[in-house]
Amino acid sequence: MATNGHMQHAAPSGDTAKADNDAKMRRYWQRNLRYMVVLLSIWFVAGYVLSIFFVNQLNAIHFGGFPLGFWFAQQGSMYVFVVLILAYFLLMDRLDKEFDVHE
Amino acid sequence: MSIMTWTYIIVGLSFSLYLSIAWMSRVKDTKGFYVAGGNVPPLANGMATGADWMSAASFISMSGLISFLGYAGCMYLMGWTGGYVLLALLLAPYLRKFGKFTVPDFVGDRYYSKTARTVALICAIFVSLTYVAGQMRGVGIVFSRFLEVDVNTGVYIGMAIVFFYAALGGMKGITWTQVAQYGVLIFAFLVPAVAISLKITGNPIPQLGLGGTIVEGKYAGQFLLTALDNIGTDLGFAAYTTGFTGPGAKSMLDVLAITMCLMVGTAGLPHVIVRFYTVPSVRAARLSAFYALLFISILYTTAPAVAAFARYNMIDSLNGVAYTQAPTWFTNWQKTGLIAWVDKNGDGVINYSYGPAFTGKLAFSGQTGQYGQPLIKNEPTTNKNELYVDNDIMVLANPEIAKLPAWVVALVAAGGLAAALSTASGLLLVISSSISHDLYFRIINPQASEKTQLLLGRIMIGVAVCVAGYFGINPPGFVAQVVALAFGLASSSFFPIIVLGIFWKRTSREGAIAGMIAGMGFTLLYIIQTKFMGMAPWFLGISPEGIGSVGMVINFIATVAVTMMTPPPPAHIQDLVENVRVPRGAGQAAAAH
Repeated sequence: MATNGHMQHAAPSGDTAKADNDAKMRRYWQRNLRYMVVLLSIWFVAGYVLSIFFVNQLNAIHFGGFPLGFWFAQQGSMYVFVVLILAYFLLMDRLDKEFDVHE
Repeated sequence: MSIMTWTYIIVGLSFSLYLSIAWMSRVKDTKGFYVAGGNVPPLANGMATGADWMSAASFISMSGLISFLGYAGCMYLMGWTGGYVLLALLLAPYLRKFGKFTVPDFVGDRYYSKTARTVALICAIFVSLTYVAGQMRGVGIVFSRFLEVDVNTGVYIGMAIVFFYAALGGMKGITWTQVAQYGVLIFAFLVPAVAISLKITGNPIPQLGLGGTIVEGKYAGQFLLTALDNIGTDLGFAAYTTGFTGPGAKSMLDVLAITMCLMVGTAGLPHVIVRFYTVPSVRAARLSAFYALLFISILYTTAPAVAAFARYNMIDSLNGVAYTQAPTWFTNWQKTGLIAWVDKNGDGVINYSYGPAFTGKLAFSGQTGQYGQPLIKNEPTTNKNELYVDNDIMVLANPEIAKLPAWVVALVAAGGLAAALSTASGLLLVISSSISHDLYFRIINPQASEKTQLLLGRIMIGVAVCVAGYFGINPPGFVAQVVALAFGLASSSFFPIIVLGIFWKRTSREGAIAGMIAGMGFTLLYIIQTKFMGMAPWFLGISPEGIGSVGMVINFIATVAVTMMTPPPPAHIQDLVENVRVPRGAGQAAAAH
């Protein structure tokens, strides 16, 4: 990756360097999309599947004084959302450095 | 010291703090005015976004709303937090890299079209105006309740304060006052919440107290939520924690649609999106989205606990109690018209159950009944319920119910004002920049000098403050209903075309315009039909509050379909899209202005 990054600046022979860089950027974008899809799936499961679709079934399970479905709907889903954004920040921070596109 | 004296002191102190911050952060150029110079640290931007986002409604009304809805309150909780995930993953980093001043800027540039820019700026103004009217009204109401001044006087004071710091410091002034306002509002929300959690469950953390056991009274030893379920069904309500069944419960599809609409609407609201233009880099945009949701969640995870405590408290201390034995907070708040009792069966006892106690808007007749209760003019309904309770009382009366000292009550007043003012200022800036930047500079006169633009920006803040103040003083009867409109329009207009603009290079100008018009047109039509023309919700029974999610789908479909039939965007637009996908260079992109 580091060599690719240098080629971008040095640009030895115009066309190959550009093609390399384009391929690199495509890989960067694919990885970004993959992270997004995974995190948004978790978002959907926490916010919709557990908190809405199956809330009454999950309410049969209790932990402490909480019926589980209700807990997800009014507490758990929000904790999950916060963690998802943090995870995306950390993953992208690493990815930006790996592909040398950070600031 | 009396509650009133405390309120004057604490509100006075918080206002002087906002004004001194504004004076210290006054600006001289458009970049400072529109995006705070683009160098707000992520932590500060997170706090500012939190205050920007949490309005008078979040602070005062939401807990009460949840306490009446029970489980279904989750649509507000998840709707107004889950949208940040969409914002952080789909919009914020890319819009920051794009790095202009406003949302119509992105729409106009990405879709190489003045028409698209114009449609976007009309949406931005409309959405923000509907929202800001409610905030000004909120300022007036808080003033009138806590300082016993006229609602209108309260609105004028609010207008003066907001105008001073928004015109002087633009986005920079707004940002730093919002940071202070976040501090005030979160402290003011948490202190009574912790106290009431301790009182009912013995646990100082409200989020845990919600799952705790009741420590005293006839339900002692029971889990709070179990007790609420039982009390609720005994009185003819739906069980508190159960979804979709029982009297008045919303269907699963409706809860789904409303949650989705609020989430997507959140991500598409211009005053939230512009906050991400104010940070120095793409990395900072991602990080500040995290801080923003963290700070918002502190209030949003506490609110459902406050809702449950307040509901338990209210029923436990009022239902089946003789009016003459009712707690003093009940008689105090009766004067404000937030709570009322009509003795239908003439037994002198307060009976609470499902259904409205009377028809129409509460109006006292000025006479008192045989138990000393103020009588009302309204026609009582035939059901057994004798108690009218306004949502807002759940937060406003909490300190008194929990027997907290006077300064805590004053703090709640300052918190409510902070929440209303911070949201109002963010919205006013969007309205001002839509006109002075998007309309005047980008469409009418691109040669305008820095100085002219800045002056016009300040004048437009003044105009926007006056318009907002006018609606605050003369609220159109439909203020509460237009909030549905704001979210519906934001989700059915901006969100789909911004996302497609970033993730699908092929999206064409014609596609985006068709998408915005189709999505918005459908949503607007449905809301007008169901809210104002009395039609039944004809689309799968979805309430007007949730129809924006259908509008969003229509927008997506129309955009894609029309794009496939029209030529792809020119090469330089496709390069622009490639460019916003890469973080490096966001600093320069912003510096180029």
